[in-house]
Amino acid sequence: MPILPSFLRQAFRDLSSQKLRTTLTLFGLVWGTAAVSLLLAFGNGLHTQLVKNTAGLGNGIVITWPSLTSIPFEGLGKGRRILLTERDVDLLKKRSTLIDAISAEFSETLRLQNGSQVRAAGVSGVDVPFGEMRNLIAREGGRFLNPLDVMNRRRVLFLGNELAENVFGEEEPVGRTVKLNGSPFLVVGVMKKKIQESNYSGPDRRRAYIPETTFRALTGQEYVDQFIYTARSVDQTEAATAEVASILAAKHRFDPGDEEALQVWDTTGMMQFMNNFMLIFNLFLGTVGSLTLVVGGIGVSNIMNVVVEERTREIGIKMAIGARGRSVLGGIMLETLIITAAGGLLGIGITAGICALVPAAGLTDFVGDPKLTSGVAAVTIGLLGAIGMLAGWFPARAAARLDPVVAMKS
Amino acid sequence: MNLKRMFKQNGNGTAGANGAVIHMNDITKIYDTGKIKVEALRGIDLAVKQGEFVAIVGPSGSGKSTLMNLIGCLDTPTGGDYRLRGEQVSGLGRDQLADIRNRRIGFVFQNFNLLPQISAFENVEMPLLFGGVSRKRRRARVTELMEKVNLADRMHHKPTELSGGQMQRVAIARALAMDPDIILADEPTGNLDTSSGTDILSLFEDLWRQGTTMLIITHDPAMAKRAQRTVEIRDGLVN
Repeated sequence: MPILPSFLRQAFRDLSSQKLRTTLTLFGLVWGTAAVSLLLAFGNGLHTQLVKNTAGLGNGIVITWPSLTSIPFEGLGKGRRILLTERDVDLLKKRSTLIDAISAEFSETLRLQNGSQVRAAGVSGVDVPFGEMRNLIAREGGRFLNPLDVMNRRRVLFLGNELAENVFGEEEPVGRTVKLNGSPFLVVGVMKKKIQESNYSGPDRRRAYIPETTFRALTGQEYVDQFIYTARSVDQTEAATAEVASILAAKHRFDPGDEEALQVWDTTGMMQFMNNFMLIFNLFLGTVGSLTLVVGGIGVSNIMNVVVEERTREIGIKMAIGARGRSVLGGIMLETLIITAAGGLLGIGITAGICALVPAAGLTDFVGDPKLTSGVAAVTIGLLGAIGMLAGWFPARAAARLDPVVAMKS
Repeated sequence: MNLKRMFKQNGNGTAGANGAVIHMNDITKIYDTGKIKVEALRGIDLAVKQGEFVAIVGPSGSGKSTLMNLIGCLDTPTGGDYRLRGEQVSGLGRDQLADIRNRRIGFVFQNFNLLPQISAFENVEMPLLFGGVSRKRRRARVTELMEKVNLADRMHHKPTELSGGQMQRVAIARALAMDPDIILADEPTGNLDTSSGTDILSLFEDLWRQGTTMLIITHDPAMAKRAQRTVEIRDGLVN
């Protein structure tokens, strides 16, 4: 289109003849855009951070403790202790259709000895999937327990990072041998540092993990303290929990609806709550930012009204020599969009800058890493575009409707 | 370059039914402000033939400017019949009127009405821009016109850097840009000193001799004398 370049020139001329007003308006738009995108970006970052913190405990896991029955069932009184063994967990593995991974957990405080140094340490006997479910990730040079460890009852040990530091100080623990209740254990891995906000028997960084088979042989403990599992998908978690209850209730003869017999901590519920919370939080932030942007839009509309007023005579002349209403309208709209886009780009630039600064300043733990995702950018640009169009529309329409005779006389 | 063929469906040769470029019949214009009605034109009959040089004269308040606006399709009559080169104009929409102004009418105003921020060249280019003429053709046409009005050396000056006479010549070049059916000039020398005014008049005469149809509104008797024919308006009627 040959008309575009001259319209662009016109636009820049108009805007530069209104320097102060344009600057102020631009400031409003930059501020509005930055506000919307920053708030959304921080909302995103905070969400990620919260998810990460929760994930310290595990990814959508359910923790179940067998306990006392609270409802009489088939002639059996209440208050009966439900005791589960490794065989019950195997049964669940075999029967359940909804469970993705499951591991029993036996735990006790054991004597941990390194040379002459002795301390008490919380130790768990677990199966291989436990590591992934609970996000126990080995740092470089080590590994978590593997199937052979469990099958062969190997005396191997995975250490929480804080415990490892307490026991070995600066030394590398992997490959060293320590004694648990007098038996030698080889350290095969140390947990990579992680953020963990909730726990049920002390933070993972202070605990040690050994194969469940080894644990039972070492301590003679028969009954599991708790078992954890994940459903095939997060949405199926509730169904999986019901399934687990019914399988175990049938075997151990308790009411499947007895909420005391199996005590359940469904961490996905927390996640769901958090997602809802974040949604509302983001809506709130988005609204606040949008209102700021609307104020900026009013500024743009105002400046365009002034432009139209100042150019009334010029518009009249153009109409007299053949400009259609549409081309007058297009010109004003284009100018509006140029200011809006300029303000928007600057605002998004500021947001991108701040997003880059937060991790660099080491503030991640407090506010999370704000992220300028494509979603945030899309929402901001969409909002900005809509506001720009609206802000330009009314002045532009007024210009297009001018009577050339009257306009030329002004 | 044959601009006639480029811009128009009905070329210069095909004049209206009775050979008139402008044919007005019983044109009225009433301004209704709600409280009072002002009858600016009370039944004008006017015909301007191809290649004519007509002056419209009359005292101020006679309805001259209203008539000019109607002829130039800047405004629409309240009643009556207006044909421009045989084509009915009354009842057309805003866009159609804009197109007619663009292609068929060349305005020359008393106060020049040039856009001050852009060069003479760009001012002359503007109607071509609205007419959708390609960049290359626009350049050629503007250069040609600037030579015609003797301003080739001032093409890239802004209007504020030109004298009144030069500005009016730029305006005339602009009026000619789309090769209109008629040049419509409203007091074209009203804002000029005598010598510049004489220059402009000679330019009009030259254009007329080259075949341009001219309609000039003036209250300057000297100017009216130069025209082939004078039409006097008084109290909204042709006298």
